[in-house]
Amino acid sequence: MNYLPLFTALPLLGAFLTPLLSKIWERLSDIIGNIITTLLLILSVYSLFLLPIFGNIYVYEIGKWPIKPIPLGIVFTFDNLSLLMVLIINLLSFACAIYSIIYLDNYTGRWKFWTLFLLMVAGLNGIAITGDLFNLFVFIEISAISSYALVAFGVEKEDLEASFKYQVIGEIAGLTILLAIALIYAKTSTLNMADIANTFINENKGTLFWFIISLLTFGFLIKSALFPFHFWLPDAHSKAPAPISAMLSGVFIKTLGVYALSRLIFNVFGLNRNNAPYYFDILLILGILSIIIAGFIALKQENYKRLLAYSSISQIGYIFVGLGMANFWGITGALSLIFAHALGKGLLFLTAGPVEREMGTLDINELALLKKRMSFSGIVYTLGALSLAGIPPFLGFFPKLFLILGAIKEKMFGLAIVLGIFSILTLAYLLKITNKAFTKREGEEVRESGSMVISFLFLVFLIFILGIFYFNYLEPNLISKASEAIIRGIEYARLVLMR
Amino acid sequence: MLPYLGCIFLFLVGIYAILTKRNLIKIAIGFCLLEYAVNLFFAFIGYKKDALAPIYTNVQQTKNFVDPIPQALVLTAIVIGLGTTALLLSVAIRIYEKYKTFDIKEIKRLKE
Repeated sequence: MNYLPLFTALPLLGAFLTPLLSKIWERLSDIIGNIITTLLLILSVYSLFLLPIFGNIYVYEIGKWPIKPIPLGIVFTFDNLSLLMVLIINLLSFACAIYSIIYLDNYTGRWKFWTLFLLMVAGLNGIAITGDLFNLFVFIEISAISSYALVAFGVEKEDLEASFKYQVIGEIAGLTILLAIALIYAKTSTLNMADIANTFINENKGTLFWFIISLLTFGFLIKSALFPFHFWLPDAHSKAPAPISAMLSGVFIKTLGVYALSRLIFNVFGLNRNNAPYYFDILLILGILSIIIAGFIALKQENYKRLLAYSSISQIGYIFVGLGMANFWGITGALSLIFAHALGKGLLFLTAGPVEREMGTLDINELALLKKRMSFSGIVYTLGALSLAGIPPFLGFFPKLFLILGAIKEKMFGLAIVLGIFSILTLAYLLKITNKAFTKREGEEVRESGSMVISFLFLVFLIFILGIFYFNYLEPNLISKASEAIIRGIEYARLVLMR
Repeated sequence: MLPYLGCIFLFLVGIYAILTKRNLIKIAIGFCLLEYAVNLFFAFIGYKKDALAPIYTNVQQTKNFVDPIPQALVLTAIVIGLGTTALLLSVAIRIYEKYKTFDIKEIKRLKE
């Protein structure tokens, strides 16, 4: 698996080729973008089959700086959790890249979009595979900076305003994380995650330890937009171009927030329900508040993408409830929800593109009055909404089931009931859009363009097939292995350093 | 101890500027202060009293040198900070072109 650096190198190559080659022919940037994302998808699916052969963890030493006896250089570590994230990132970026071929006709500066998009993908992939703390920060900033620019891509008044807010909040989070990294380095004199884990095993968990943990948690909770830190998300995600909204809601907040936090908390600092019960209680309570508050706000929204953005906050709440339980079912639920939500919410945000393009508005009350209808987008939207709300044949059913099982196992019956009820609320607010915008009998039929249809069909196919064959394929090969990687905790350090 | 307290002071000044100022450029300046505070703190970590530059040669076989890694990391962080500040300011300029003002009280097209 020594092709591991290609996950970041390929999109970086693409990002630097697009400005050059688009001088020859503007459409060339579309071709490069799609080739790169397709190659990345092939690589990540290939890794799915290759990783068990390499003993479920692979360590790549950059520049052959040896990891033993002292880790001097930067390493990439690839385990089942990284595999899960890499798969999600590249599945969704593949769909968004196909979609963007037609979608970008609305904008000027085609190659700028592709450069920023590929930089973002490079950053996201890097976060998922890196084994070095400072490297993690660098990749976070690469993806974050390109996402700030992408939110402002339309350069309308609202886009710029949303981007400015998002930048200030996002950079405060980034600097908090950098401060935490500085403190960790001061304490341990190493930046390798596995080595840090080894150092902290024997340390007394004093004030400094908890200060570091709270700085990291603060930073990553802002990045993942959990309830008290969610205020930037609805603006940024509703004003970005549709494929970028899909990437931001689908994978961005999960890679930068949920994945990075859970990697550090579980694998590096070795926290679990036994040695830090209050910490996980806080995550659990914030998760529940997030589900409830964002759910009710979403119910009141009148704007297509804003509603979906609030729904994302609510679903992030579900993920943190799963992490807060910190038992096998909870974490399996959280990870499978990351998967299901990435595909489902990605699909819903992508349908906003043709609607805005053909109908000229995203206000759902105005959409209800227009004498036009889009049957295909409507069907696709409804299927995605059903999956997100957790209706049985689709992929989204299993995460909710696992979370409720986890709650029952922890003897938190009230929580189980709340999770069940709010899953129905999810259906209510998502189907509000179907009801107002898509169920029209008269009016002229508007057709979606070719490449958009392909990406819709790709995502619907995945949601449907992976839902039906969930226990045959996805669960044993990917999700349960990834949640084992989290639950094993600082066993991660031993696996990385022993090689 | 004093330099560290200076860092914290700088950090608080930055937070204060971001939270209370109404001008976009002043917010950007506050953000820069915040960034300098963190970078300065990072640079201090490598410091050792009476230590030499981390150059090991046949002539100067020193054992007592400062930690070079924080300096390398701070250099990277400064470059990243340059990128974010440039982007922040360019977005601020575009906002000025559209709204003809830097006042955040007047830039609120996004509803709650």
